[in-house]
Amino acid sequence: MADLLVELVGEEIPARMQTMAAQHFANAVQAALDGLGVWTGEATINGLCGPRHLAIYATGIAVAQPDRVIEKRGPRVDAPDAAIAGFVTSTGLPREALTEEDTPKGRFFFARSHVAGADTTALLGDVVADILTQFPWPKSQRWGRGSFRWVRPLHRINVVFDGQPLAGSFDLGDTQPMAFGATSCGHYFEAPDDISLVGVDSLDEFKRRLASAHVIIDQSDRRTAIIDGAKALAKDVGCTVDETQLGTYIQDIAGLVESPTALLGQIEDRFMQLPPELLQATIATHQKYITLQDQSGAFSPYFIVISNRQSDPARDQVIMAGNQRVLRARLADAEFFWQQDKKTRLDAYVPQLKAVTFYEGLGDLQAKAVRLEKLSSALAPYIDGCDGADAARAGYLAKADLVTGMVGEFPELQGIIGGYYARHDGEPDSIATAIAAHYRPQGPADDVPHTPTAKAVALADKIDTLVGFFGIGAKPTGSKDPFALRRAALGVIRIILDGKLSVPLQKLLDKAAENYGFAAVDDDVLPFIRDRLRVYLRDQNMRHDIVAAVLADAGGDDLRRMADETRSLAGFLENGDGLGLIAGWRRVSSMLAAEEKKAKHAFAATTDPALFNDIEHALHSALTGLPDSDAGFAAQLAALGDLRALINRFFDGIVVNDDDPAVRLNRLGLLAMIREKMQLVADFTKIEG
Amino acid sequence: MIRTDFQSIILNLQSYWAQQGAVILQPYDMEVGAGTFHPATTLRALGPDDVWRAAYVQPSRRPADGRYGDNPNRLQHYYQFQVIFKPSPAESQALYLGSLKAIGLDPDAHDIRFVEDDWESPTLGAWGLGWEVWCDGMEVSQFTYFQQVGGIECHPVPLELTYGLERLAMFIQGVDNVYDLDWDGVPASDGGKIYGDIFKRAEIEFSGWNFEHADTDMLLQHFRDAEAECGRLLGLDKALALPAYDQCMKASHFFNMLDARGVISVTERAAYIGRVRALARGCCEAWIGADKAVSHG
Repeated sequence: MADLLVELVGEEIPARMQTMAAQHFANAVQAALDGLGVWTGEATINGLCGPRHLAIYATGIAVAQPDRVIEKRGPRVDAPDAAIAGFVTSTGLPREALTEEDTPKGRFFFARSHVAGADTTALLGDVVADILTQFPWPKSQRWGRGSFRWVRPLHRINVVFDGQPLAGSFDLGDTQPMAFGATSCGHYFEAPDDISLVGVDSLDEFKRRLASAHVIIDQSDRRTAIIDGAKALAKDVGCTVDETQLGTYIQDIAGLVESPTALLGQIEDRFMQLPPELLQATIATHQKYITLQDQSGAFSPYFIVISNRQSDPARDQVIMAGNQRVLRARLADAEFFWQQDKKTRLDAYVPQLKAVTFYEGLGDLQAKAVRLEKLSSALAPYIDGCDGADAARAGYLAKADLVTGMVGEFPELQGIIGGYYARHDGEPDSIATAIAAHYRPQGPADDVPHTPTAKAVALADKIDTLVGFFGIGAKPTGSKDPFALRRAALGVIRIILDGKLSVPLQKLLDKAAENYGFAAVDDDVLPFIRDRLRVYLRDQNMRHDIVAAVLADAGGDDLRRMADETRSLAGFLENGDGLGLIAGWRRVSSMLAAEEKKAKHAFAATTDPALFNDIEHALHSALTGLPDSDAGFAAQLAALGDLRALINRFFDGIVVNDDDPAVRLNRLGLLAMIREKMQLVADFTKIEG
Repeated sequence: MIRTDFQSIILNLQSYWAQQGAVILQPYDMEVGAGTFHPATTLRALGPDDVWRAAYVQPSRRPADGRYGDNPNRLQHYYQFQVIFKPSPAESQALYLGSLKAIGLDPDAHDIRFVEDDWESPTLGAWGLGWEVWCDGMEVSQFTYFQQVGGIECHPVPLELTYGLERLAMFIQGVDNVYDLDWDGVPASDGGKIYGDIFKRAEIEFSGWNFEHADTDMLLQHFRDAEAECGRLLGLDKALALPAYDQCMKASHFFNMLDARGVISVTERAAYIGRVRALARGCCEAWIGADKAVSHG
């Protein structure tokens, strides 16, 4: 067995693609080696990727394929001589080498040839070529005169098997194929000399050789180096690194460096009056620096730059000075907008929204503001502590910041900036908070709004968007959802469920449609939201059959009730009463199904109490005494649970198919009554074993 | 010691790229939004030369970026230094880094990064992959391997480098306001000029024209005229690709002016860009076709 190292050296691979590239490369090599029969039970493989190096290191690879026996069945032994002679020729074996064997179809000639397995070194060239040709880069390019596409120009293909360079080449569609080599390179400036990969006998040795040339090729090693370096510097100034937040963008930082060094910088005092979200966006998102928090958890004026150079005091100063200057220019820009924008009140921006199209066919953003004003106010009565006038005002102002200079420059701060400006204008806190939070939740990881007014505006915004786009036929299809309508529907669901809101959704959809001037709300909107609820509940590990049983009523628009009932039913079906009831239900429904098939008609749930015995009387009076939906789903389920014993007694003590046809029909009617009453609670036909 | 005044940066870039075998051209004599529009890039990226190396300064006009001379970083008229090398050399990155050294920015004394930035020009129907080059966190150049121009695949693939000269000079000179850039390296006491001496008044006056005074009806008419003339030249029996492309550049600039004047709505915007792209595509096709006609005839 031997180790295999394949390393591709090229120009900078985009940071966001490196993780995928390392994983895909490892998976593809493993699959190819496995397909060739040289991937042994002890084999391992690692994918590694940095800006200029993409590699796999595999161990436990067989040095040759196992020998194989290829078996071919020929003609029957009594076939004409010509057919047999033809078969002999086709096998390339002498006639004596054929064997005769019995099969269920008769006695046949067989030819078995032993094929020696190829040496792995003879196969690797094609493996590499196939993987390179089919590599699934999100975007790829040609360069020079070649026709081969890669993420960026590729300069070297190094293939080392068992410590030795593999001879071979790859066709770039250029005049010259690229010969395989075994020479890597170090950090562009820190170690410009070549590094030999000959004799590399372990993953660690490979990493060590590159590290000695200031290239940390393993992504997780780079991340660790960055986080450790940042933490140490943060500690020096009494700050901490928010690792959860850093986790969201460390890939961007780690993908830009081979030799990370942490450098400490400081935001000038005058900029610290800017909102922390703005500082975060500028420093972390745009400049890819690491932000810190002080001991109280507040946004610290210190930040960390990860340079791609070895530490050198004089150079570090130059690098930091340059980065500080870039940051100063960016923050000065932001400060300019911050001061400029605040000269105009937020409500004075609303008329300017007229110039911005919401979407073709759905009017401009000023019209959207007016619709949000109305719909937020209409939602207020369904949200505890929500003042209608506040909701209306917040809805009206929610989109105003879209025409401010700041949001023009930092679109990701939409809403948040509006919240700050509203507070500056003296709008009540409830309104400012609502404006800031109304885009939430922006994804599965994002929190829902928590204040009453924010819930109203956030719901109104999403409902308005759903009704609008469905209204002009711009519905999501398959994987295409350009207007993020699934996300909007999921937002509606999460806000309602998290806030325990009972919202008459259909009524509000109607209202939203009326705001647009549509004749009616599109028929698909409610089913679309209900379908998202189904997906959401299943993502919460709810059984799909239970979800289906609760959501069977197609007109249901009370999302909170449906979610609660799903949970209740799931809980109910986990205890003895529930399980027993389901068993009873199956007996009832299967017996009815069998009898109804014979009778070719359904049995009505009508009974004659005069024909009942005691057991039937007890069951019948329990059924007629079942609480209706006003009593609540939990009470209904509890009452059904009590039926379990009565149903069991019925089946244990009574033969349905009585000799007296009247008694038999009466008993089937009683069973039909059980079915009817249970179906009123949930669609038990959907429950699976 | 390498001189770092604005004009020396230009001179040093020119002589560096001349040494690398580039044809040193002068700016194209029309208003364009970027150095890429110069026919030496747009058209020569496609043909007829199998090898084409050129470098030039191109004044670039972005009417909407004007700030009446108030903003230290934004201008409606600025300079790009443009390099095009076809086919892209194997040592493209090293050549580029050499150019930084030539203008006094020793890459080894800084932190240089190549940060993903895919380039696309919707009006030219062009795209490529590459990076923005960062020096100590500052974007100092665009580095692009052209893949398509005018909707046509580039074969061989050209390398395009674009240096934003003001920004680069501000970085090298350590200046925070573009108007304070030293232009000529001559002390003010001796009549030396800084950037503001030369361009401040132009920024103020052109911002006023771009944003307030430009006659939009006239601009609209100019746009239509340029579009019509371009189409007519392309429709001739023997299409005149170069004059047609001049009209395409004019149309593009008039569109930028109309955009700055705020008379183009969001939805109309895409339609205008599409119209200019159609012209650019037509010119590029005619350019290649004319080239064939000449070489075969």
